[in-house]
Amino acid sequence: MNANRSPLSASILALGVIGPGFDDWAAARAVLAGDAPWRRESTRLPIPGLLPPAERRRVGAVVKLAIGVGMQAVTAAGADAAQLATVFASAGGDGANCHAICETLAGDDRMISPTRFHNSVNNAASGYWGIAAGAMASSTIISAYDGSFAAGLIEALALAHSLQQPVLLVVYDHPYPEPLAATRKLLDAFGVALLLDPIATDGPRVRIEGLTTDASDVLPDAALDAVRSGIPAARCLPLLALLAQGRSGRVVLDYLDETRLAVEIDQ
Amino acid sequence: MLTPLLISRYTATSCIGTGLDTTRDALKHCRSGLRQCDFESVTLDTWIGRVPGLERMTLLPALADYDCRNNRLALLGLMQDGFIDAAIAAVQRHGAQRVAVLLGTSTSGILETELAYRHRDPVTGALPAEFHYRGSHNIFSVAEFVRQAIGAAGPAWVISTACSSSAKVFASAARLLNAGLIDAAIVGGVDSLCLTTLYGFNSLELVAPEPCRPYDPERSGISIGEAAAFALLERAPDTLPADAILLAGYGESSDAHHMSSPHPQGLGARMAMEQALAGAGLSPGQIDYINLHGTGTRGNDSAEGLAIKTLFDHPPPSSSTKGATGHALGAAGGLEAVFCALALADGLIPGSPGTRTLDPSIDIDYRIRPQPARLGHVLSNSLGFGGTNCSLVFSRADARTEP
Repeated sequence: MNANRSPLSASILALGVIGPGFDDWAAARAVLAGDAPWRRESTRLPIPGLLPPAERRRVGAVVKLAIGVGMQAVTAAGADAAQLATVFASAGGDGANCHAICETLAGDDRMISPTRFHNSVNNAASGYWGIAAGAMASSTIISAYDGSFAAGLIEALALAHSLQQPVLLVVYDHPYPEPLAATRKLLDAFGVALLLDPIATDGPRVRIEGLTTDASDVLPDAALDAVRSGIPAARCLPLLALLAQGRSGRVVLDYLDETRLAVEIDQ
Repeated sequence: MLTPLLISRYTATSCIGTGLDTTRDALKHCRSGLRQCDFESVTLDTWIGRVPGLERMTLLPALADYDCRNNRLALLGLMQDGFIDAAIAAVQRHGAQRVAVLLGTSTSGILETELAYRHRDPVTGALPAEFHYRGSHNIFSVAEFVRQAIGAAGPAWVISTACSSSAKVFASAARLLNAGLIDAAIVGGVDSLCLTTLYGFNSLELVAPEPCRPYDPERSGISIGEAAAFALLERAPDTLPADAILLAGYGESSDAHHMSSPHPQGLGARMAMEQALAGAGLSPGQIDYINLHGTGTRGNDSAEGLAIKTLFDHPPPSSSTKGATGHALGAAGGLEAVFCALALADGLIPGSPGTRTLDPSIDIDYRIRPQPARLGHVLSNSLGFGGTNCSLVFSRADARTEP
C-alpha cells in the first residue's frame, strides 16, 4: 500500500507459545511444520518461576500465562529480562478478577480487596513482569479487540526501531468466566511471545509491509484454524506457520474490521 | 533526538469545563470542579470530579452499540472546539489509512458491566440482553468508537497502563509518525467514573474525604475525576506560528518496585523525565514549568518531589492540577497534556486549588496560585499502578527556534 518500504522490521531472536495442544514453541513448530499431528487439548497454564512465591499466589491465570510465555522467549534467547523493554497486548484482560469485582459491587457490601483492585489494572502483567524481572525499561499494554496481535506487533516494532534495542512482545488472551463468557466467547487461553531485535542480522526477519484490505491468511487445517479464529492472540498463527516451515513470504493477519496487516518474513 | 511534532488541534472536557474556553477560565482563576460524591449509588465519603450531563446524552443510532458513559464522554469531548471537524479534515487531507487513533483509558465502559451485574437473570445468572460487551466493556471500545465517528482507518489501539495510559499514546503516535507509517494521529484519553475505581481506591485507603490537596502536608489521598482529552498530532511544517504547540520529547520507564505504590525515591519517574528531556534535546534548566502527577497521596507526592529534586538543580515552578479536576486516571495524561498546551499558549502557570500549605519535606518550587509567565518548554508527568511512568515535553514553536 505504501510507496516506501516500512522501516519497521526486526530479527526474531526467540519465540514462546502456549496454547491448546502445545506447551511451547518446539511443540507448536512441529505441528505447524506438519511434522506432528495436532491434538486439541486444553491449554496448560504455566507456573512461572520468575515470580516469587508470594506473587504467584497473588496473580491470576492471565498474568501467569503472560509471564510464562514471555519467559519462554527470554530463556530460549538467553536474554536478560531485566534489560528488555516490553510490549504486552491482549484483547481482554483478567476476566476472572473483573468478574469477582463486579459480583462484589453488585452485592450489599461493596468492599473489594486491595489485591483484587490492583490486579484489576490492565497493565497487571506488565507491572508484575517489571517487578519480578527488575526491568525498568519502557513497558506497555495495548488492545485492539480481535486485532490485538497485529496492533502489538506494530507497537513493538515501532518501539524497537525507535530504541534500536530488543523489545519483547507478549500477546495473550484468557477466556472469561460466566456470565461474561456468554457475551465474549474465547475458545481457550493462548499466549505468544516474540523477542524482536532491530539490530541483529541473524534469525528470521519480520517486517511490517503495511495495512491492507486483502483477505487474512488462514490455516489449511480447519480444526487448527478454529484456534486462530477463536482466540484473538492466536491470530498470529499464519505468521508462526511460516516461521515453523522455514519459509519466506507475505502473510496477512487480522487487525481491524476492514483493515488487515500485511507482514513479510525473510529467512 | 525526537523530531518535534505539531499538535495542530486539542481539546479537553473535565469537571472544570466542557471545552477549552471554560477550562482556560477555570485554570486562570484556580477554580476546582470537585464536588461531594453524588455519583450513582456510591455512598463513600469523598469528592469527585464529575462531568455533568452525561446521563442525559444519546448517541446517533449508527453508534448505539457503543453507548456507555465512557463513549458519551468521548463524544462530548470530540464535539468541543471543532475537534471532530479537524479530525475529519485530517482524514480527508491525509487519507483514512494514514490517520491513527491511539487512545488511553483505564476502565473503558466497565460502569455498564457493574450495572449489568445488578440485573443478572435470577435463574441462569446471565447478564441482561441489552449488555453489549464490545461497545462498552471491552478496553478497545473507545478507540473503535472514535475511529468510526471520524472515519479513520489507520492503525488503532488503546493503551491501558492505568494512570499513564493517555500520556503513553503520545509516545506511540510519535514513533508511528517518525517511522512513516502514518501522517496524523488522534491521541488522547477518555476515562469515566465507575464503582470499581471509587471502591477500589477506597480499599487501598487512597481516597480523600475532602477535595484532594496535592503536595500539602495534610494531604490524605486522591479525588477521582473523569475527562476526555484529544490532540491531533502531525509532522510540523517548516514554518510555524510563534505560539504553535509541539510535542518535543517523551520518556517511558517502569518502577519494577510495587503494584500500587511508587518507588520511594521516584527512580522510575526520574528516568522517564530524563529520557523526555534527552528526546527533546533540552537540559533540565530549560524547563519552565512542570505539570506534576501530584495525586495528593502521601506516597506519590513525596516520591515525585524527590525525583524532581534530584534531576533539577533548581526545580522550575510546578503544580498539580488534580485539585481542580480530580484524578482522571487513564485520561489524566491527555488532560494534563492539554493543560500544558494551554499554559504554553496563554503564558500561565496553573495553580493548585485544594492545596493550602506546602509540605516542607518536599523541596521543589510548587505553586499554589496561578501566575502569568512566559513559558517556552514544559514537562508533564504521568505515573501509575504497576510502576508505569511517562513524561512528556511540550514546547512553543518560538522557543524551539530561539538560540
